Amino acid sequence: METLITILVGVLVTVAVYLLLSKSLVRVILGTAILSHAVHLLLMTMGRLKKGAVPLLGENAESYTDALPQALILTAIVISFAVTSFLLVLAYRTYKETGSDNLDALRGFKDE
Amino acid sequence: MLAITIAIFIPFLAALLVPFIYKRVQSRSIGWFVMSVPLALFIYLASFIPAVAGGKTYIHTIKWIDSAGINFTTYLDGLSMIFGLLITGVGSLVILYSIYYLSEREALGRFYVYLLMFMGSMLGVILSDNIMVLYVFWELTSISSFLLIAFWYHRKKSRYGAQKSMLITVSGGVGMLAGFIMLYTMTGSYSVREIIETIGQYTNESLFLPAMLLVLLGAFTKSAQFPFHIWLPDAMEAPTPVSAYLHSATMVKAGIYLVARFTPVFGGEAVWFYTVTGVGIFTLFWGSVNAVRQTDLKALLAYSTISQLGLIMSLFGLGSAALNEGYSADSVIYTQATFAALFHLINHSTFKGALFMVVGIVDHQVGTRDIRRLGGLMTLMPVTFTIAVIGSFSMAGLPPFNGFLSKEMFFESVLNVRNLDIFAMGPLMGSLLPVVAWVASVLTFVYSMIIVFQTFLGKHQPDRLDRKAFEAPVGMLIAPSILALFVVGIFFFPNVVGTYLLGPAMTAVYPPFEGAEGLVPHIAAWHGFNAPIMMTIGVIAVGALLYIYLRYWRGIYSLAPMRWNLDSMYNGLLTQTEKTSSFLTRTYMTGYLRDYLVYIFVFFILTVGGGLLWTGGFSIDLSNDAPMTISEYIIIFVMMGASIAIIFAKSRMTAILLNGVLGYSIAILFVVFRAPDLALTQIIVETVTTALFLLCFYFLPEWSKEKSTRSLKVFKGIIAISVGTVVTVLALVVQGNKMFESISVYFENAYELAGGKNIVNTILGDFRAFDTMLEVVVLFIAGIGVFTLIKLKAGKGDEDVED
Repeated sequence: METLITILVGVLVTVAVYLLLSKSLVRVILGTAILSHAVHLLLMTMGRLKKGAVPLLGENAESYTDALPQALILTAIVISFAVTSFLLVLAYRTYKETGSDNLDALRGFKDE
Repeated sequence: MLAITIAIFIPFLAALLVPFIYKRVQSRSIGWFVMSVPLALFIYLASFIPAVAGGKTYIHTIKWIDSAGINFTTYLDGLSMIFGLLITGVGSLVILYSIYYLSEREALGRFYVYLLMFMGSMLGVILSDNIMVLYVFWELTSISSFLLIAFWYHRKKSRYGAQKSMLITVSGGVGMLAGFIMLYTMTGSYSVREIIETIGQYTNESLFLPAMLLVLLGAFTKSAQFPFHIWLPDAMEAPTPVSAYLHSATMVKAGIYLVARFTPVFGGEAVWFYTVTGVGIFTLFWGSVNAVRQTDLKALLAYSTISQLGLIMSLFGLGSAALNEGYSADSVIYTQATFAALFHLINHSTFKGALFMVVGIVDHQVGTRDIRRLGGLMTLMPVTFTIAVIGSFSMAGLPPFNGFLSKEMFFESVLNVRNLDIFAMGPLMGSLLPVVAWVASVLTFVYSMIIVFQTFLGKHQPDRLDRKAFEAPVGMLIAPSILALFVVGIFFFPNVVGTYLLGPAMTAVYPPFEGAEGLVPHIAAWHGFNAPIMMTIGVIAVGALLYIYLRYWRGIYSLAPMRWNLDSMYNGLLTQTEKTSSFLTRTYMTGYLRDYLVYIFVFFILTVGGGLLWTGGFSIDLSNDAPMTISEYIIIFVMMGASIAIIFAKSRMTAILLNGVLGYSIAILFVVFRAPDLALTQIIVETVTTALFLLCFYFLPEWSKEKSTRSLKVFKGIIAISVGTVVTVLALVVQGNKMFESISVYFENAYELAGGKNIVNTILGDFRAFDTMLEVVVLFIAGIGVFTLIKLKAGKGDEDVED
């Protein structure tokens, strides 16, 4: 299962990178969202999958799944949510100020 | 002695206090407070003179970065003593002078803060035994010098001069740092004393020569030796007290100090001997040649300082020959050069300090320093004139002034070189040195006469002066008068200086010669009609002739080789560097987000992917994979399909729904992976994110089809697939090779350690609570960002900030 998930991670990263290289601001934001999905899955596989019970001590199981990646992913989910929402609002504001969501047109230099 | 360590910091502490006091008094009386600092330090240091003259040294260590061998060690010996007295002594006089020189309208608080900062750094340089600490203080002197040169920062020339001195001295300093590190690599110690003791075993190491040259680079840039001397004339844009203090009496002598301090380390080597002597003697010559052509008195003094520093430098080079063979009755004679160097060092500080102050007074009183406009001030400013005569005649090497004594010793030292039979010193080299030295001395005589005669004698031209000339206020005359007294006093009592100051310093430069006979000679003004006195008489005769016929031969300065100059090379280098770097930056900083991302991804592919290929770290082990059910296969393939479909989505609505598919599928996978907390969070976050996307779409335009060329699409595809592949392969390799035991077992004690049964929760809320708190802060910041971006109206008039 780990192998297949890792390949899935690779596919997600590929898609995310392709989107990040787009001109449209919304596509770039979508790319970051997908990239964080990929990273969450990657973290998960690093702790090995399905190797024990749910990490709740009350279950009295023989062994538990690795809880550390789960904690890290939980943090990451929340942070990526914050980043995505901030970027979305940034895109909204940029569009309102400049009338464009095209990154090529939003280039900083005026002199060239 | 802890007190000596504290002495370094007293000026810094005083500098901290100055702004507060200045706020209260707001007048030039702040100078009196500032002056008390170096004066107290001078008296304090002077109280050590008898003990140091008796051969005692003081050392004190404060542990700093002990593990790296860097400690705050102060070391007071004869050599540090001379410099310490110069720094505090001349410092007191300069501050006294500045009280009257600077107008109350100037930013006096700032001025004295810089000056005290400089004083502290300079004391740090000469009292530090640890070369790393020395380096830090060394650069601090460069910085405070920069600030002082740029004191009148509204002037373009001040800024130019400040930048120039900073660039040259700091790059030399960095070279010196490299030299210090090489010394450490060889000897394993940062302590100068320890290095001196052990360096003998390392002279054949390959790093020895580079270390020596780099240390010399630091010394030469700081002491304005050819070809690095070009910063000093431009540094004259500083207020005159600063020029008198930093750029003639103290800071430029830091390089001399370094050479003296490292003579026991490198001295006795042929390269050291030739470099120091050669550069010194050429600087002496070149400085004096250029000084004669100057019409600005301060520029003249700047070149004369360069020239005199070259003289002292060359003497240290000559003196280092004595260390070649160790102590013997023959080699001790060469130490006389070093003795002369130390003696001239003190003398130069006295007469040059006085001369700078005189020029400052003239400038202050009549409003110009141009010798073409000056003249006939003798009767109007008699005291200033007297001081100028004393200073100039001493510089020219005339009796009865201290410059005469050290100049004679200089001649004697260069003549002694003829007998030197080491370092492949042929008769040609041996006679070249005295000739160059003599020619330079003649020119020195000429420019010294220019200072006196063209300023104070000749025709008075009141209509060409800004102000009516009259004698300066008494306060301004005190400091140069004291220095002039020293100029005369040292001539009559040279052996007081010799015994109490120069003797102990000689021991510091020549540790193996300690207590040797002839190391500290008796200084006598008259020693019969020998070669040096003949040379002096020749200097006076030829110099006088040259001065009288100056206007007939001045024309040679407009000849082609004289016009070729280092300044234009420096300026050209600077503008070229700026142009090239700006061109380079503009080439790759395109302003396109895509380009920057491509740099990052390509770098990632090359380093990580390349690293994998390079090390051949592929060992993928799939045997430990968990078994899968049909439903899991379905989820994974749905996700793959959904993600790929996003790229080809025609409308943004499709894309965002597909992204939703991804998010919810991950939630399901989290359930499969036994992570209920994650699944819950993921579902909530995904819902809100999708809603947010949809909300934003309401305001944003429909996404236009990416109008890009086919080749660009292919390029993007290649980058994307490469990154994906590298990530996959890397992840598989990592999974196949568990190099370390998992630390997660620790958290399974959650109930005993944190009192919680949900392990994930205890990690977040207990074990890594600080992390979680900062995460909340991030959320908070993002929230503020979102709020301001929505609510904040751009202020009018803020729009053109960029232009």
